[in-house]
Amino acid sequence: MMDFVCNFPFFSVVLCLFAAVLCSVLKAKAARAVTLAVEAVLIFFSVSVLVYTTELGTYFTYDMGHFDSPWSNQLRAGVLEGVMATVFSLVLLLSHIGGLRYIDVDISEKRRNLYCTLLNLVGAALMALTYTNDIFTGYVFLEILTLSSCGILVIRRSGRTALAATRYMVLNLLGSGLFLMGSSLFYGITGHLLMEYIGQGVAELEASGQYALPLTATVGIISAGLAIKSGLFPFHTWMPDTYGCATPASSSILSGIISKGYIFLLIKILYRVVGIGSDTYDSARHILLILGLFGMIFGSVYAMNCRHLNRMVAYSSAAQIGYIFVGIGLGGTSGFVAAIFGMIVHSITKPLLFISGARLSEVSGDSQAFRNLQGSAGRNKMAGYAFAVGAMSMTGIPSLAGFSSKLYYAIAATFHSGAVELVVLAALAVSTLLNALYFVRTVIRIFTPSGMADKFAEVAYFYDEDELPRRDAGLLIAFVCFGALIIYLGFNAQSLAIALYTGVSMLA
Amino acid sequence: MEALLMLEKILANYEEAIALILFCIGFMMLLFGRNMIRKLIGMNIMDTGIYLFLASLGYIAGRKPPIIEGGNTDPTAYINPVPSALVLTGIVVSVSVTAVMLSLAVRLYEKYHTLNLDEIYSAARERHEHR
Repeated sequence: MMDFVCNFPFFSVVLCLFAAVLCSVLKAKAARAVTLAVEAVLIFFSVSVLVYTTELGTYFTYDMGHFDSPWSNQLRAGVLEGVMATVFSLVLLLSHIGGLRYIDVDISEKRRNLYCTLLNLVGAALMALTYTNDIFTGYVFLEILTLSSCGILVIRRSGRTALAATRYMVLNLLGSGLFLMGSSLFYGITGHLLMEYIGQGVAELEASGQYALPLTATVGIISAGLAIKSGLFPFHTWMPDTYGCATPASSSILSGIISKGYIFLLIKILYRVVGIGSDTYDSARHILLILGLFGMIFGSVYAMNCRHLNRMVAYSSAAQIGYIFVGIGLGGTSGFVAAIFGMIVHSITKPLLFISGARLSEVSGDSQAFRNLQGSAGRNKMAGYAFAVGAMSMTGIPSLAGFSSKLYYAIAATFHSGAVELVVLAALAVSTLLNALYFVRTVIRIFTPSGMADKFAEVAYFYDEDELPRRDAGLLIAFVCFGALIIYLGFNAQSLAIALYTGVSMLA
Repeated sequence: MEALLMLEKILANYEEAIALILFCIGFMMLLFGRNMIRKLIGMNIMDTGIYLFLASLGYIAGRKPPIIEGGNTDPTAYINPVPSALVLTGIVVSVSVTAVMLSLAVRLYEKYHTLNLDEIYSAARERHEHR
């Protein structure tokens, strides 16, 4: 007898899809209320799945369609899926609440319900990517995520959003094409679409020594596809425009969770289909490790040379994606736990930086330029402190989540031979130094009085004075929740790491 | 000798070989094309290459399409239906993506009066568009 909680992964996807259709015909305010409610329900579903699988001590599967596996379409949930779904739904809700202030400015009222439709589609796609056990369902929801993420970017009709969206779409479509080709090759080689059965076929072929080259090529193609989509160096070129042009809620969601959805699918495929002890994985992981190392350094170098806050934060995302791929490239349970821990820390830190950055920019004449941002923390203390917490976490200051994340990367590196350990630790040190240079410099800048307060006092703000406190409530909720999570994970990283170790052991 | 063996294998699987060539052509057009419409065409060629690959995987010579006719439910009478279903789903995805890309092309043309991406980038730079 199946427990009722086992339906929750399916309900999560279907609820979001239903809400997406509903929002397209509702008025803006009603659509917003429905979307916020759905995001809250998603958190409930995800936490329920997490608690249930933790108590169960194993994963469960959920077959769909008229046939049993291997011919069914299947969802699969364990502790790791529960953790990721909780993080995705929580960040989705907090980014939405934190970005409400700017959604009203950036998006016309008659299109705001469509924004809610797109957010629900993002939610559905992320939940499906988290729970699906079927590689082709993975492809379909990858494309839904690509289209809806393009939508939340381009719905802000100003500046160069259309150009940013084009660049984003082109690279994402290249990634999707590679992923579909890789999935088709897996189907051609093994005759299956469910990850476990593909995995069994791959293991048998590897044991017999057949199809060694096609298998390696297929894993390479899928890894390349998902690496392009998640913005691994040198495919990070779409990031600054995309994150810089979107409305802050969209930037937060794009950088915080959408890129992580792609990476989580890759991790599932590497674990469940390829097998992390296999020779095929071994040949692919070195390339991911090298690209990750380059990403860590070059992302930070580009960030240092930026003159605009959003672009700097965007390039720092490129560096963070590099960190995550270093974890995947290091391999082993410790490497994957480090990568997933890094994903979670990045998911809760980047939205804080984007939303607080938007508020700082607002009190600086709606300018992202550093010269205008000087002293902005004095003009809005709440956003200043929030940005400082996020920046310090990214830098890796002890007692904040970013430090724990870097510590786990270092621990994962120590499990490897001398040369790999040395290179990864050196890259971590250099990248941390560069992070400190540009983040600490920015924090000092926004806290240094500029004497320009009078100039910006004359700038017309988006809202009337009377409306400001109400509009600030959403920001305050987002700042407090993200800040609290960052500090909690800084002091208590072990509890999450234990859950991740349990989850990763259930993944295969 | 090895080259001959390889050629023989390619000829025996000519559908898959053509599919891969189409995929590569489309991929390159999407990556390197400087015109939006050219990129769109490239994307469709790339997807078509994959659909041809999938269709050739499911095809079994001498068998019928997977649509039950005259109550004949014997699976040996039909080709493998799974790749056909995948292709149909893939086509729906392609159409949606093409529609979104075309709408982006229209917006770019309205704003910059060209579909050449190099010209669009330089126009955006000249206007100092950052956000």
